[in-house]
Amino acid sequence: MAYDDYIRKRFFPHIWCPGCGHGIVLNALTRSLDSLGFDKNEMVMVSGIGCSARISGYVDLHSMHTIHGRALAFATGIKLSRPELKLIVPMGDGDALAIGGNHFIHAARRNIDITAIVINNRIYGMTGGQYSPLSGVGVRATTAPYSNIDPAFDVVEMATAAGATFVARTTTYHVREMSKFFQKAILHKGFSVVEVLSQCPTNFGRRNKAGDAVHMMESYKNGTVVAGSADDVPGSGKIRRGVFVEKTAPEYCDEYARIIRVARKGA
Amino acid sequence: MKNKTAFIQGNEVCARAAIYAGVGFFAGYPITPSTEIAEFMARELPKRQGTFIQMEDEISSLCAVIGASLTGCKAMTATSGPGFSLMQEALGYAVMAEIPCVIVDVQRGGPSTGLPTHVMQGDVCQARWGIHGDHAIVAMTASGNQELFKITVDAFNIAETYRTPVILLLDIPSEGEIEVVERLRTAVKQGVDFHPYLPREDGRLPMSDFGGVHRYNVTGLFHDMWGFPSDDPQVVHGLLRHLADKINNNVDNIARFKEYYLDDADLVLVSYGSSARSALHLVESRRRRGEKYGLLELQTLWPFPHSIVREKCANARYVAVVEMNLGQITKEVKEAVDRPERVYLLNRIDGVYITPTDIRNMLRVIQGRGV
Amino acid sequence: MMAKKQTKAKHVINREWCKGCGICVHFCPGNVLELDEWFKCFAARPDDCVGCRLCELRCPDFAIQVVVQSKQDQVA
Ligand SMILES: Cc1ncc(C[n+]2csc(CCOP(=O)(O)OP(=O)(O)O)c2C)c(N)n1
Ligand code: SF4
Ligand code: SF4
Ligand code: SF4
Repeated sequence: MAYDDYIRKRFFPHIWCPGCGHGIVLNALTRSLDSLGFDKNEMVMVSGIGCSARISGYVDLHSMHTIHGRALAFATGIKLSRPELKLIVPMGDGDALAIGGNHFIHAARRNIDITAIVINNRIYGMTGGQYSPLSGVGVRATTAPYSNIDPAFDVVEMATAAGATFVARTTTYHVREMSKFFQKAILHKGFSVVEVLSQCPTNFGRRNKAGDAVHMMESYKNGTVVAGSADDVPGSGKIRRGVFVEKTAPEYCDEYARIIRVARKGA
Repeated sequence: MKNKTAFIQGNEVCARAAIYAGVGFFAGYPITPSTEIAEFMARELPKRQGTFIQMEDEISSLCAVIGASLTGCKAMTATSGPGFSLMQEALGYAVMAEIPCVIVDVQRGGPSTGLPTHVMQGDVCQARWGIHGDHAIVAMTASGNQELFKITVDAFNIAETYRTPVILLLDIPSEGEIEVVERLRTAVKQGVDFHPYLPREDGRLPMSDFGGVHRYNVTGLFHDMWGFPSDDPQVVHGLLRHLADKINNNVDNIARFKEYYLDDADLVLVSYGSSARSALHLVESRRRRGEKYGLLELQTLWPFPHSIVREKCANARYVAVVEMNLGQITKEVKEAVDRPERVYLLNRIDGVYITPTDIRNMLRVIQGRGV
Repeated sequence: MMAKKQTKAKHVINREWCKGCGICVHFCPGNVLELDEWFKCFAARPDDCVGCRLCELRCPDFAIQVVVQSKQDQVA
């Protein structure tokens, strides 16, 4: 199969703005799926609401476009009742960590075998540019016209603290790395999180003088560093990329299967 | 696109009116087509020492609004269908704890994510019965920007007067001297027992701000006159009666409506929100041809003004309700009038504004004249 | 002198899908690509292509594909 066998071509061109990072994430994801070679019928994609959440409509997998913030909760239901399915949940930063923050930490805590992709464009794209919990102090948004005072989460630290057993960060510039991380995350048994720094040229770039898609991707190239590399020195001011957590811990569906065995033995 | 501009205007009018009414706190979560209200508040409230916060979702938004109201400021939030659904639990809390606040629901096509940028009037019954448990509720609407300003101020006034949340249902997203009601605060002095939940003779309950001299309990459980949880059957009965009566006994005071050419009308259109504008357009063109059409435009939907509707429709041969849903208000109108078989529903449910031509065509059908 | 290029590449561009964002143009190491007057991508200097496929990997719109043929393929 070729990578573009994983998209639903009849819905193209897609709805995203020119240069939107969501398309690059979809592109890398289809290549990861192609390399992994799973049967399409074994894969389910669940998303919430937002520009990023529209990804689920474009992949030729079992796909579910749900309600804002709750994708992981829907996915938990699917995974628990059919543990053999592979679950991929792409989310915007608002979807994942504002309205969906609670579900995010609890899915991580349970270490349920789902791959969460947080596409972090630091803004609410779909509703026209309001600040998100990942915008960070000093950013301008339509609801922060005098500049934002809300500090941002660090997705990697938060996912780690909550119990995710695979945590990585990459950007839309680093496409080969992104594809590699997606593959590792999907193969990982347990809750895996990949944060992808991604550009929203329309609602973040313009308002914050960050330029167009090309400029924003240049900033990912120059403003990030591979964790553990020679350039990764404290105080570099650069955002660290890489796989930060990769460990094994009891997976939720396995644990539940064990409970079933225990319960049936008792019966 | 046309819908969107209308929304932006209406949202801004609503936001300006809220400022005029003295809103001091806004908490919300972005959602089309209501976001302009939040954006307006983010710009304007800090200039007036007011507070704006974008919360992590709609649940927390209404919770923050209720908290702010308890400190003594007029507080509001704005949302659309999915967010309004999330607010129902906190809305019930505001009813139970009798916290004045205003919740704006700029209606989109639903259910679920539905039609974010198109209009419908589908949340009318949700406004009435979205929260669990018996209760009375106030929900208002307007058909144009001018009335919207007045109705928004009225919403704050009714919230303060009856110590209740008020829902403002917008679908058009829509001057003179308008009275602004201030919160009724208790005159009870420090050190004297204050009963936050003991109604005065007129049914109103003076409040005391959190941070002030009276410390009292606020709860979503049934509670006594001190606000302390109680399941004493008498207390429960009394509180539920009070919560319903303070609204239902004031239907005529809370009702806002407009009437056009009703005196001699033999065909009365009943409508609200943007559909009322199309209805008025049709009524006026028919009047110019000498046909006796009239319009009753409802601005308060809940509590439903049954007696007003009965009276205004008493002499009509036909009553036609124009709305953009499957008949949420038609049902109430049938209940209000003496001869429900004369009441017809004229609707559109495809996310497109109902036009005077649509209404005319549907009327021809019910009058047996063909289209 | 050694031949400059090891590969011969064909650039398949879907003009219906290309939105002219310029990402492929800007990041191409061989400066192969340009946008035309309709803001659609085209291969202006295909012979300079090094076959890295980064344009294809970074295109948000699945609008460009690079078909790389090795020298041997060409002979055969
Ligand atoms: C309950 C509810 N509240 C609000 C919305 C409106 N809404 C749709 S998408 C969105 C946020 C989008 O931002 P993000 O999740 O970061 O994704 P992006 O669009 O940037 O990809 C919001 C607030 C909604 N659909 N449902
Ligand atoms: S608004 Fe931003 S996030 Fe949404 S499609 Fe456009 S560029 Fe992408
Ligand atoms: S990256 Fe893709 S969409 Fe952008 S200009 Fe190149 S071919 Fe067109
Ligand atoms: S394959 Fe590489 S060198 Fe060739 S056009 Fe694409 S980006 Fe340029």
